[in-house]
Amino acid sequence: MPAENSKKSNNAVATRWIYDPKVRGILFQVLAVACVAWMLFYFVSNAMHNMESRGIATGFSFLQHRASFGIVQTLISYSEDDTYGRAFVIGLLNTLLVSGIGIILATVLGFLIGIARLSNNWLLSRAAAVYIEIFRNIPLLLQIFFWYFCVLRALPGPRQSIDIANAFFLNVRGLYIPAPIAEPGFGIVAIAFVIAIVGVFFLSQWAKKRKNLTGQPFPVFFSSLGLLVGLPLVVFLIAGMPLHWELPALKGFNFRGGLTVIPELFSMVVALTIFTAASIAEIVRSGIMAVSKGQVEASHALGLKNGLTLRFVVIPQAMRVIIPPLTSQYLNLIKNSSLATAVGYPDLVSVFMGSTLNQTGQAVEIIAMTMAVYLTISIVTSVLMNIYNAKKALVER
Amino acid sequence: MVVYRDQPSLPAPASQTSIAGWLRKNLFSSVTNSVVTLALLYFLVPQIWHAIEWGLLKSDWFGDNRSQCVSGGACWVFITNRLNLFIYGFYPSSAYWRVNWVYVLTAVQVVALLYPKTPHKTILSVIFFVVYPFVVFFLLHGGAFGLPVVETNKWGGLMLTLLLGIVGTIAALPLGIVLALGRRSEMPIIRALSVVFIEFWRAVPLITVLFMASVMLPLFLSGQVNMDKLLRAMIGIILFESAYVAEVIRGGLQAIPKGQYEAAKALGLNYWKSMGLIIMPQALKLTIPSLVNTFIELFKDTSLVTIIGLFDLLSVAKAGLSDPAWLGFSTEAYTFVALVFWVFCFGMSRYSMYLEKLLHTGHKR
Repeated sequence: MPAENSKKSNNAVATRWIYDPKVRGILFQVLAVACVAWMLFYFVSNAMHNMESRGIATGFSFLQHRASFGIVQTLISYSEDDTYGRAFVIGLLNTLLVSGIGIILATVLGFLIGIARLSNNWLLSRAAAVYIEIFRNIPLLLQIFFWYFCVLRALPGPRQSIDIANAFFLNVRGLYIPAPIAEPGFGIVAIAFVIAIVGVFFLSQWAKKRKNLTGQPFPVFFSSLGLLVGLPLVVFLIAGMPLHWELPALKGFNFRGGLTVIPELFSMVVALTIFTAASIAEIVRSGIMAVSKGQVEASHALGLKNGLTLRFVVIPQAMRVIIPPLTSQYLNLIKNSSLATAVGYPDLVSVFMGSTLNQTGQAVEIIAMTMAVYLTISIVTSVLMNIYNAKKALVER
Repeated sequence: MVVYRDQPSLPAPASQTSIAGWLRKNLFSSVTNSVVTLALLYFLVPQIWHAIEWGLLKSDWFGDNRSQCVSGGACWVFITNRLNLFIYGFYPSSAYWRVNWVYVLTAVQVVALLYPKTPHKTILSVIFFVVYPFVVFFLLHGGAFGLPVVETNKWGGLMLTLLLGIVGTIAALPLGIVLALGRRSEMPIIRALSVVFIEFWRAVPLITVLFMASVMLPLFLSGQVNMDKLLRAMIGIILFESAYVAEVIRGGLQAIPKGQYEAAKALGLNYWKSMGLIIMPQALKLTIPSLVNTFIELFKDTSLVTIIGLFDLLSVAKAGLSDPAWLGFSTEAYTFVALVFWVFCFGMSRYSMYLEKLLHTGHKR
């Protein structure tokens, strides 16, 4: 029965076709692309329709319109007459400012506490553990509220400010610190500083080369420090000290002069630092503990003292374990700085997704721009840290 | 003749075992250590004493209004007075029993699932992931079995915080598994789609996701679909969380030796069977501690819904502070909320450590 035979083989061909993993793979992918495309089409067409019916403008021309809202803290000049575009830049700079300060302080505090956690002093290591467990397990937003509403609001008014060395003043309106004011001639000092940086770069190259060739160590750190501080200092003195500090002083009802750290920034920095430092401390601890004890013993057996063991054996190996999770903590900190909007610190989210969105109603453009900024920051940070990581990673043969 | 007689063994030297020995070893082993110890004691003892005095010794606990706070310490009256608000939000008090049932059901399920020796865990987890969400929804929302409807804008307090956390986890887990498999798939387009999805959600802050969910999502849906504010926030949280879950599970998948994949293939299992029966159970078991940690992070992050105006535990505290009858008790309010969050998060982190130890035995000799 040839007819039946051919039918059978046809069936077999059909089933073979459906079980072929390659064909299946293509089928799945086509299906996935179709699904995503359909969803995008659905969203976009709905958005177009909805925006049209609600009379919301589209496009990015709103960036050139007058913003007409004030911002408490600006790093570059800004007034209500400036555009939404400039407000966006102000918000971005404020976000970078708070994350930059936060990252530096959290790293320092985190390393200190991580090391304290490993101390052989029982009390110190317990205190570090309690610190970590308390601040890691409380939501960051709550901590920000606590610092802003409980601690800073409870500070005295300007007249009864907490006074540190007659130069730093802390009161309910913020922290007032001396501002450096450059006089003509300060440029030479800056140039000297740049020359010192270049010098340090060549010095470390030379020292590395010499160490590789002869095995002679050269005190790179202290000589670099000397160069970095000494050269500008000498130039500074020769140029006749062209810099003075402007101290904040109480005039009338408030302080004038100096730099003002507004309470919003202050509480954000404190909360971000304390919260992130707890996670960094754990990362540092696990990194140091990941270095096997045998390494330390071997280094002692070679006659290296504790300090040298730490510098040449423990820390370089611990850093390999520390850097990748540290990178994600930095990224978390930058993302968490967006909580500033909750206390009214004018960061990107609060200026752009808050005030600008409320005034223009252009949700799609504004949210897309804000998310694009965070995406870019995340990608740049992780690329930089990956380069650093690749440099430090163990080279296996 | 010299007779040797056994002497009774001497006790260990006092300098090693006594309290003094412990002190010397752990607190005063060197000059630096002694200085550190004394400095810490000098700074910490007054602070801790101050905190105890404020929170416990000189505090007031019960009453109706602020005039009952006379001791000069913490005024917990503010908290005890509003305890119902903290636990149930604006849920109608006649229906508190429904929330209580949800609390009880959740507690029983979670404890049963977390305790390692519970029998029939597979059935239990199926109930937890499939049946339980519906039961909770109908209990809380009503609208069936003769229960009156309670709108979601009345949900709040601890109930809402727990709900956001648990729903986020339950729904993000399957989505995360699919994404993790997609990221490790051999099909380039599927892999690319998963990578883009995961990296996108991981790169943006949760607050922008919540803003997006509350402002942009309604624009994306057609006019007929009218989505509840809470539901929108939940969708945002689930999408965000699934990316993190996916990365955790990817780590687990990577930790499974290649031989396991090959053995599954050799047995003639197809992709889904080998994943479902061989690879995924091992990967999930490996990643449970990290999943618990992800859940802790999510649980803390649910407090961000305060910013888009949902009435979670933190919002209750914040709203209480603007009540003119209770101005100036922010420290008490935030301390209380912090304590609640801390108890949950610390408990979970201890559990995850315990699990890590428990699961680690497989690799020990």
